[in-house]
Amino acid sequence: MTNSSKEVLDSDAIFVIGSNTTENHPVIGSYMKQALNRGAKLIVADPRRIELADYADIFLQIEPGTNIALLNGMMNVIIDRGLHDREYIEERTENFEEFAELIKEYTPERVAKICGVEEQDIIDAALMYAEADKAGIYYAMGITQHTTGTKGVMSVSNLSLLCGNIGKESAGVNPLRGQNNVQGACDMGGLPADLPGYQKVFKPEVVEKFEKAWSTKIPTEAGLTIPEILDGAEDGEVKFIYIMGENPMVSDPDINHVRKALSNVDFLVVQDIFMTETAELADVVLPAASFAEKDGTFTNTERRVQRVRKAIEPIGESKPDWKILMDIMHRLEHRDIYLHPSEIMEEIRTVTPQYGGITYDRIDEEGIQWPCPDIDHPGTKYLHKDVMARGKGMFMAIDHRDSAELADKEYPFIFTTGRILYHYHTRTMTGRVEGLNKIAPESYVEINEVTANKLGIVDGERVRLTSRRGNVITSARVTDIIDENTLFMPFHYAESAANYLTNPALDSIAKIPELKVAAVKIEKLGS
Amino acid sequence: MVNIKVNGIDYQVEENISLLEACRSVGIEIPTLCNDDRLQPHAACRLCIVELEGKKNFEASCSLRVWDGMSVQTHSPRVMKARADILDLLFSNHPEDCLTCEKSGDCKLQDYCFEYDVEKGSYVGEKKDYSMDYSNHFYTYDPNKCILCGKCVRVCSELQCTNAIDLEGRGFNTKVSTPFDMGLAQSTCVSCGNCVAACPVGALMPKRRERVRNWDIERVKTTCSYCGVGCQMELLVKGEKVVGVEPVDGEANNGLLCVKGRFAYSFINHRDRLKTPLIKRDGKFEEATWDEAYNLIVDKINETKTESGPESLAGLTSARCTNEENYIFQKLFRAVIGTNNVDHCARL
Repeated sequence: MTNSSKEVLDSDAIFVIGSNTTENHPVIGSYMKQALNRGAKLIVADPRRIELADYADIFLQIEPGTNIALLNGMMNVIIDRGLHDREYIEERTENFEEFAELIKEYTPERVAKICGVEEQDIIDAALMYAEADKAGIYYAMGITQHTTGTKGVMSVSNLSLLCGNIGKESAGVNPLRGQNNVQGACDMGGLPADLPGYQKVFKPEVVEKFEKAWSTKIPTEAGLTIPEILDGAEDGEVKFIYIMGENPMVSDPDINHVRKALSNVDFLVVQDIFMTETAELADVVLPAASFAEKDGTFTNTERRVQRVRKAIEPIGESKPDWKILMDIMHRLEHRDIYLHPSEIMEEIRTVTPQYGGITYDRIDEEGIQWPCPDIDHPGTKYLHKDVMARGKGMFMAIDHRDSAELADKEYPFIFTTGRILYHYHTRTMTGRVEGLNKIAPESYVEINEVTANKLGIVDGERVRLTSRRGNVITSARVTDIIDENTLFMPFHYAESAANYLTNPALDSIAKIPELKVAAVKIEKLGS
Repeated sequence: MVNIKVNGIDYQVEENISLLEACRSVGIEIPTLCNDDRLQPHAACRLCIVELEGKKNFEASCSLRVWDGMSVQTHSPRVMKARADILDLLFSNHPEDCLTCEKSGDCKLQDYCFEYDVEKGSYVGEKKDYSMDYSNHFYTYDPNKCILCGKCVRVCSELQCTNAIDLEGRGFNTKVSTPFDMGLAQSTCVSCGNCVAACPVGALMPKRRERVRNWDIERVKTTCSYCGVGCQMELLVKGEKVVGVEPVDGEANNGLLCVKGRFAYSFINHRDRLKTPLIKRDGKFEEATWDEAYNLIVDKINETKTESGPESLAGLTSARCTNEENYIFQKLFRAVIGTNNVDHCARL
């Protein structure tokens, strides 16, 4: 997030697109509702009438995969009416002309057809966003899990720049990160082209710095992303995979492909707290300690580095992940010894500029938000204040492009996936909590009541969903919160997992799969 | 800043704050059951009353804004007596089951009765006699223990903004209720438990498998391990078992949690947890020692690296693990194994 979570309380307008905030980031969802009680306006764009839609001043029930068209349409209205922030654009951005030229093509009339919404709603949303002094955009995987995911993010940035909302308190561009430490895993170099602090592995000065710090040679070519690793495993080029705390057999698209890939590697190590669907395929499974059994830090969605503290001893013979990794390092004749995670943080801060001022002492009471370059720096509440990190904010001219799969005669429905409030990711943790299983015991597919009626499907009935990649049997949940040509399924459940159906087609830049749009058919199986 | 006089002593305090906050800021604790800094003042419990110079009646300090020159008595005999009377009235209509109540040791009513020497309720007469609401999967509501401070209702409406509960009825018959008194399971409640955390007495209590006393619990502050909001919370530990979670007022979460952070902790001590390394032999997992597992892994790493080069190895690090662990993981792959094939599920 460019801004801090609590800043939403003082926003004048909140635009939520591709985020079911009250279910997936419940506390931020509550902040949004508090902001509404203080007078903020709310615009929601989502293929489903999520809870926040009921609180929205304007709700745009867009077709899955049409975010960019909608954003372009709103920007068309804003520029057309001269509501863009000319001074800000002049001073703090570049490439506006080329961008504005393209935006001309996205009239609300044309966009309304692409997105399946009313033209007037697009105009109203644009005006509401543009007329607000402090307007924040909040998004999640509904923007990013598309073959156009990266461009979707750039479009969000365009809209924010257009109205001068980047570098401003209670505004900005705010991706809500789904996992406790997905921000930190990225910050720490858990990416194939990035060393800690997003320092590129192919830049000589970066390599020199790390080789000096680590007293060893390091590779200088970008590595493989997860989809590429899995493809490599299937082809036989990747022979050894080590998976720590992940369950791709439920979370990744096209599970049949994942199974083939992981079954094909010579050796698979899985380190986890439970025997997951992925661990079942492993040659060696290592028992890890849970977050309650170790010290460390997580970095949250607003870049705040916060302490994790050991409350109990590791269960059984399990060990904290850092100890396991250090043991393996030692057996590979690497000599670094860390007696406590705080010592690892000391090393992290010497090589990661954003974490330069993060120490366990400083974050003992309250976490600090990066960038925090040195020990006297208070941390950064919101980014790009006064000047953008890259100098000027760059407008990107971005066209709408269709999703990789569209509904057709054979697969007539658009299938989209997401999370629900009562479970988390692949349910390895929440699936073992009695109360949650009572509320949300098994998978289901949301189907519009009119569609259900046409197909003779009643609520609770068993149905089979089939895509080009696989099929699952689940029960129908008949509802009016979803459009007639769209189906939604939570991806949590390993039995009849939604990801047997999803499309592994990738965004060419970020390599994120198009989990939000696949073409499927649905068949009634009877109860 | 404004100048106020409390118990005959002059203080300088901030403007535009309540007298309760002002007194707290200079180290004078005034008892209250219904106040919460995150909520609008409610002045329901009346326990925070003070004597205000120039006024005959007591004033509730939580809803009284400070002004320059104000003079108050917070602990005069008259105030103390009135507070004891209020506590007596509350306790007279409260089950006298402190010996078995799980809230004991963490109950504000109990604490204040101790402080104000209220041994038992002296007002004999009709007592509340409602049935419990067990319908929620994670917590219970006992209207008989409720002191009607309204904190749960206000947390639900002002902070959580779910509006599942409200005060219903008047006078003696007032009760916290769901629409049409259908029970929590039939309401819009999302089981966040933020009301439970706010309840000063034992009316709203988490459901637990084990009965625990507050003084047997150790509290460890940590960060929630579910979504990316980064809520601060305390793990309640008894022995080597996590028996509960309570929210902490961190910058990210303002003392709020959701159903998962608050109640989905039982996986920690779950019997299914992996307890030893496992090695697959002939398609079946067998328990192994750490040495056996490490040796096998290290041999495979060396073998694969020698035969096919470091690019034939890959690692998926974890958005669920700590920064320190992610750092070590990528260092293992880059500096020790020699490949940049490190990624994680940021995209999923």
